[in-house]
Amino acid sequence: MLAESLFFSAVLFVIGVVGVLTRRNAIIIFMCVELMLNAVNLAFIAFAQVHGIAGQVFVFFVMTVAAAEAAVGLAIIIALFRHKQTVNLDNINLLKG
Amino acid sequence: MPQGDLPLFYTFHFYLFGIIAVVSALLFVTRRSPVAAALWLVNTMFCLAALYVLLDAHFIGAIQVLVYAGAIMVVFLFVIMLLNLGHPSEVADQRGLGWKVTAGFVGLALLAEIFTLTRVRIPDRLALPPGTMADEVARGGAIAPLARSLFTEHLLAFELTSILLLTAIVGAVVLARRNSDAG
Repeated sequence: MLAESLFFSAVLFVIGVVGVLTRRNAIIIFMCVELMLNAVNLAFIAFAQVHGIAGQVFVFFVMTVAAAEAAVGLAIIIALFRHKQTVNLDNINLLKG
Repeated sequence: MPQGDLPLFYTFHFYLFGIIAVVSALLFVTRRSPVAAALWLVNTMFCLAALYVLLDAHFIGAIQVLVYAGAIMVVFLFVIMLLNLGHPSEVADQRGLGWKVTAGFVGLALLAEIFTLTRVRIPDRLALPPGTMADEVARGGAIAPLARSLFTEHLLAFELTSILLLTAIVGAVVLARRNSDAG
């Protein structure tokens, strides 16, 4: 089932990319990034079946990093919202020259 | 995973969960309301957990439900509801047509690229004999092979993960704290 898994993985990853490009809501963009991480996890699991257990260990670490990233990222979004009263990325342009 | 010719129920469920995952992901990126989007994403993650189980990664499937669908998505929903993002100015966040066309082209290019990559044949000497993973699960259970690899070959990375998590906890608390009670 390696080819089928990679197919689904690729489609999910691209849906995540398109979501990041077409939305402005910071939280939805963040969730799209999580979807991309999940797509990569699926590829890792599919490869683990063919190449050994290391793929599953990698997924384990990806999930840990995703959990840490969600905690920090959402804290940043909360701080931004306190500051700007919005999570619309077009209004958050402090670094724009 | 069963060996040889795959039984129909296996292939059927694999495609079923795969297609549900893709459809939920599409609904997820097209919903206007962040709460609806988050719930569709939870659905995608459940289907991915089912796919992991079908691919002999039972423990990772369980962890997927517990950590991703359980913990991470609950934090997302919690923040959406805490910030009360349901009002119209936040909900109407789709970008204009130009961005959508660009995104479509980027998506198609990425898909083409990934499909080209997946057509590459993996040399047989790099691959385990078919059924190795199923045998290991049958012999050592779903957790033991993973644990053996995690606590021997990847022990350093595992320990570093604890530092990462500690940093993330402290960082999240510092960032989300109100400025008025700082110092």
